[in-house]
Amino acid sequence: MSSIGTGYDLSASQFSPDGRVFQVEYAAKAVENSGTVIGLRGKDGVVFAVEKLITSKLYEPGANKRIFHIDEHVGMAVAGLISDARQIVETARSEASNYRSQYGSPVPLKYLNERVSMYMHAYTLYSAVRPYGCSVVMGTWTDYEGPQMYMLDPSGVSFSYFGCAVGKAKQAAKTEIEKLKLGDLTVKELVREAARIIYLVHDELKDKQFELELSWVSKDTKGRHELVPRELATEAENQAKQALADIEDSDEGEM
Amino acid sequence: MAFMGDTMNPTPLWQNGPSPGAFYNFPGNASTIAPSRHGVQDFTAHSASPITTTTTVIGVKFDKGCVIAGDTLGSYGSLARFRDCPRVMKVNDLILLGCGGDYADFQYLKDIIQQKIIDERCVGDGLQLKPRSLHCWLTRVLYNKRSKMDPLWNSYVVAGIQDGEPFLGAVDKLGTAYEDAVISNGLGAYMATPLLRDAVDKGPLDQETAIAVVRKSMEVLFYRDARAFQRYQLGVVTAEGIKITDEELKHDWSLAHMIQMK
Amino acid sequence: MFRNQYDSDVTVWSPQGRLHQVEYAMEAVKLGSATIGLKNKDYAVLIALKRAVSELSAYQKKIIPIDEHIGISISGLTADARMLSRYMRTECLNHRYSHDAPMPVGRLISSVGNKMQICTQRYDKRPLGVGLLVAGYDDQGPHIYQTCPSANYFDCRAMAIGARSQSARTYLEKHLNTFMDCDLQELVAHGLRALRDTLPNEVDLNTKNVSICIVGPKTPLRICDEEELSRLLALVEGEERRGGTATGDAGAPGGAAPRDQGDDRDPQAAVAMETE
Repeated sequence: MSSIGTGYDLSASQFSPDGRVFQVEYAAKAVENSGTVIGLRGKDGVVFAVEKLITSKLYEPGANKRIFHIDEHVGMAVAGLISDARQIVETARSEASNYRSQYGSPVPLKYLNERVSMYMHAYTLYSAVRPYGCSVVMGTWTDYEGPQMYMLDPSGVSFSYFGCAVGKAKQAAKTEIEKLKLGDLTVKELVREAARIIYLVHDELKDKQFELELSWVSKDTKGRHELVPRELATEAENQAKQALADIEDSDEGEM
Repeated sequence: MAFMGDTMNPTPLWQNGPSPGAFYNFPGNASTIAPSRHGVQDFTAHSASPITTTTTVIGVKFDKGCVIAGDTLGSYGSLARFRDCPRVMKVNDLILLGCGGDYADFQYLKDIIQQKIIDERCVGDGLQLKPRSLHCWLTRVLYNKRSKMDPLWNSYVVAGIQDGEPFLGAVDKLGTAYEDAVISNGLGAYMATPLLRDAVDKGPLDQETAIAVVRKSMEVLFYRDARAFQRYQLGVVTAEGIKITDEELKHDWSLAHMIQMK
Repeated sequence: MFRNQYDSDVTVWSPQGRLHQVEYAMEAVKLGSATIGLKNKDYAVLIALKRAVSELSAYQKKIIPIDEHIGISISGLTADARMLSRYMRTECLNHRYSHDAPMPVGRLISSVGNKMQICTQRYDKRPLGVGLLVAGYDDQGPHIYQTCPSANYFDCRAMAIGARSQSARTYLEKHLNTFMDCDLQELVAHGLRALRDTLPNEVDLNTKNVSICIVGPKTPLRICDEEELSRLLALVEGEERRGGTATGDAGAPGGAAPRDQGDDRDPQAAVAMETE
């Protein structure tokens, strides 16, 4: 980024000479500094996993969540500035609620995604506001469309994914996700994979403590977005820890 | 939750500026400045009378909960027009809501209440709306509407479990609200109330007797109220949860010829 | 003039993905005197250290009651805090009006968070330069929340913010696991000890410079009067202080030295309790 500091990177409403909007790219940087979030779309549902970094022991365990409900059937996992993300959550919720009151049925994710993307995009057009410093992943499962998942960037761009990762260790996480046969896996299996991946990509040296947040929306939950039940989550977490320990053991063996 | 205000007309990004999602409108263009923000209404509409109506809804408290019942007939004037208008509704695990009066107004408010519950589940803090809160909220809504001379033509019965205790409250289209062990509106206020009050006054009711007296009341109402129907819903709320059943009463008019109108 | 070219507006992201204006606002919290929030199974408690701007002035109020079940203590710009507290009071009143029930603490905080976020994203606004500790009691028991100028908020088991609050946090972290099971008196004593750790050696807590509020089941929010304060202060009086001996009630009755708020960013000097 040779144009940094040349003065073309101070406003979202200004292009640099080489045709970039730096403020949007910088906002994306804020997302890259946050804990890793992954979304996996399997055979019968979508699973979210979040590496929530804990910066103080004084915080209540399990609180300050990064996975939100948008409507009965839509979940959202967020990376980046959590206060920005909550604003997106609110927007998405009122979009979902409006759709319900207008049409009397749950909002299709494709439509919801479009509306939220437009909202985020509006914040990349003016110098009077700054782009949102967060990325969000939305997912749902419906009878007629099966699992659906979208990821949304600070730029307002969004794509539909089979598997996606965002945050600190998104590269490592993506590599792991690519090894999975996502289309064949059930959500129960995906929960384990998701837990394993988060534990695997977590950087123990830089960030000491983290909590794993897991949620899903699937055929089994009757299309409702829910947190993964306690027992299943702990089981997945224990397996993830075990898998990590096994890798470390074998590493030592080689040495 | 309404933090964002009106999302169909979101607040402009800055004073007199465009709004999120409406960025393709240029600022300064008269139509984009404060998009369609008139007063509440340019004209005033009054609902002078209900259109499709339902009749009595009754409710009674017993030792561990409440029973409410209402038939499923939607009348168009004196025409028995719609036969399947459910109006006993489960709000959440703690609250049952029954409604009489204009059916469209009920459907309107039902959607809003259901969205309230969805909003609450989205927050995910494990807290649930309690019957007293809903009762109060309905009172505010109905009183507010009537104060604008545009009432929602309903009377509501809120039944539920408030902090472990049964709760039964009523609100009508004027915003008149009260709590009582026995509630019934419309024609039922004349005919069901004495029956239900008698049962309550005889001593603590249990679930079975409460349901029995409600069934009896529905029967009396069916024979006497020309807007009543034999099919009705019966809802029971206890700490264990909510059960709504569809009931149908057997009627026998063989003694009708003995009734002499003078 | 500026530390760097990306810190002039709240609408400017730095190349590292930081918002310098928001970070600077976070610093404002450290300029206020320290305040502590902690809870046990039933009660939530706020303890604050008050300052007087001059020897002739009264001590600045640090704890603001919001509703019967919620109170806040503030650190940073008092005027910003008053704006927020007015908002919170209105929200609580509205909730009582429309739902005949106290506002759940978590929901109040999230609406405050969403309100505060707006002014971190617009160029005609600035972030609020105040941190809050919120103590509340609702159906789910006692709560301590911390809010920041960044519009972030945290559900805490205990927390300290303000000048030299790090030493208080260290104390809280060390004793964190005992809080849940201790009784109200012990809890307050822990809070006072934590607060005392933020003081320089020659100053101690007294009824003039300490403010305590308590909320719990069937205990509407109460800001302790002088009598109760002295009773509570007696709990920790004469105890050995960390890093020095207790100086008894040496806290100057006259209060703090007048100080210039504007130019000192040194956290040491930010404690206005030093006497001349």
